[in-house]
Amino acid sequence: MALPTASPAAPPDPHPALIAVLDDTARTWLDESAAQVAADPVAVRRLFPAVRRKCGHGHLDAHWSVDEAARAALLTALPLRGQALADEVARLHRHGDPAEQRAVLRALPLLDLGDLALPLVREALRGNDTTLIEAALGPYAAAHLPDAEYRQAVLKCVFCEIPLDRVTGLNTRADRELARMLADFAHERIVAGRAVPQDILPFVQAFPDVVGGRAELQHALTDVLKEEG
Amino acid sequence: MRIFDPHIHMTSRTTDDYEAMYAAGVRAVVEPAFWLGQPRTSPESFYDYFDGLLGWEPYRAAQFGIQHFCTIALNPKEANDPRCLPVLDELDRYLAKDRVVAVGEIGYDSMTPQEDEALARQLQLAIAHELPALVHTPHRDKAAGTRRTLDVVRESGIAPELVVLDHLNELTVGMVLDSGCWAGFSIYPKTKMSEDRMVEILEEHGTERVLVNSAADWGRSDPLKTRKTADAMLAAGFGDDDVDKVLWRNPVAFYGQSGRLELDEPKPDEEATFQGNSIRRGGA
Ligand SMILES: [Zn+2]
Repeated sequence: MALPTASPAAPPDPHPALIAVLDDTARTWLDESAAQVAADPVAVRRLFPAVRRKCGHGHLDAHWSVDEAARAALLTALPLRGQALADEVARLHRHGDPAEQRAVLRALPLLDLGDLALPLVREALRGNDTTLIEAALGPYAAAHLPDAEYRQAVLKCVFCEIPLDRVTGLNTRADRELARMLADFAHERIVAGRAVPQDILPFVQAFPDVVGGRAELQHALTDVLKEEG
Repeated sequence: MRIFDPHIHMTSRTTDDYEAMYAAGVRAVVEPAFWLGQPRTSPESFYDYFDGLLGWEPYRAAQFGIQHFCTIALNPKEANDPRCLPVLDELDRYLAKDRVVAVGEIGYDSMTPQEDEALARQLQLAIAHELPALVHTPHRDKAAGTRRTLDVVRESGIAPELVVLDHLNELTVGMVLDSGCWAGFSIYPKTKMSEDRMVEILEEHGTERVLVNSAADWGRSDPLKTRKTADAMLAAGFGDDDVDKVLWRNPVAFYGQSGRLELDEPKPDEEATFQGNSIRRGGA
């Protein structure tokens, strides 16, 4: 079984796909709004919350919903750089409802922010809304989150029942320490007589020494490998 | 039976309540911003509360198969505290949110000049944001307070069909319906309004422009009062269609005027237990 993981690369700019699905009214609104934002960045504060009602919210592709992609278009139109860009994005996140916050989090890889947006990722990871946790663990977190925090985030996904194939970057970032944490988690579950999520086992299997002498755990892993053939 | 509770403070309720409400047929709720029992002393407390009404509470409700919308406002009681007044300047950004389906609760508590000012200003915000308004009528001196509220509503220029006056009783329902506003009734376990009295009001005034809610909060209250009123209506000879009108179609029509009530219609064959009903708590 290959390690399941979402593509570690940044999602492609959703703008072309978005333009193709918007009707004339919505496309005109978005074009004019992006132009306003480019001319005057403060306009984004008024326009960003209205996006979902103006452009809709259906599914666009594997990465994006229509509203998230349209909000990303406003963010990429911001004529700001560095700390000024980070401050404006953080402000939209602070004042955003969950749909706006998800859009900010998903757009981070499209913005030149360095590590400056990590506080937004951390806020989502502290919370309990799984839709925000998922949105936070995209390519930006995969590229910027320090190892210890990345491992904790993966473990939190396991606790929150977020499938690990929705977490970006595991194929390059899963390490022995994460395997040890997942093995300990699985052991705890087995001892408690509870089910072990199957999607963690390949990550444990990649570092077999973390299983140690724990027979039940070894057993669970062997079962999975048998099924895989 | 599908039920829409147009006024309930779920932030104060438990997951058991959500389960019982779902089992009773409740599929959608509106949670108005109100006071929390303990007075707030800074605007920031309101912003975190509003964020909760837009974030965590709809998320929590969804785990139990219930769609959650909210109304946002500075409530009349706390409008009297000058420390809380800066909230009025920040309402614009909350009233722009998708799940905000009205301005509320606004209205009178003790009928002070500060309450006059907050009510008038927030009715203008409702007009500016093209939202309905949920107006609380005072529990003390109710008839006089309701008359005064109707005067302020009229002076504001907001269309009466965009306004519901809530917590009405036998003495205030007539003037409210005559004004063209909607009439809201909060059914409480004791005093104020009971389901049997509600049925009598419906018999006398009809089902047009009437909303029935539980107004359940952190005080003695019952989140199943909507269902109990529906049962009392059926027992008194009202038909299923009357019940559906009062407890579903009327609140949908009222809040639907916001253009933001993005509602999934409940499926008629839905079972009375919701499968996904374990609240996600996240990692330990
Ligand atoms: Zn209330």
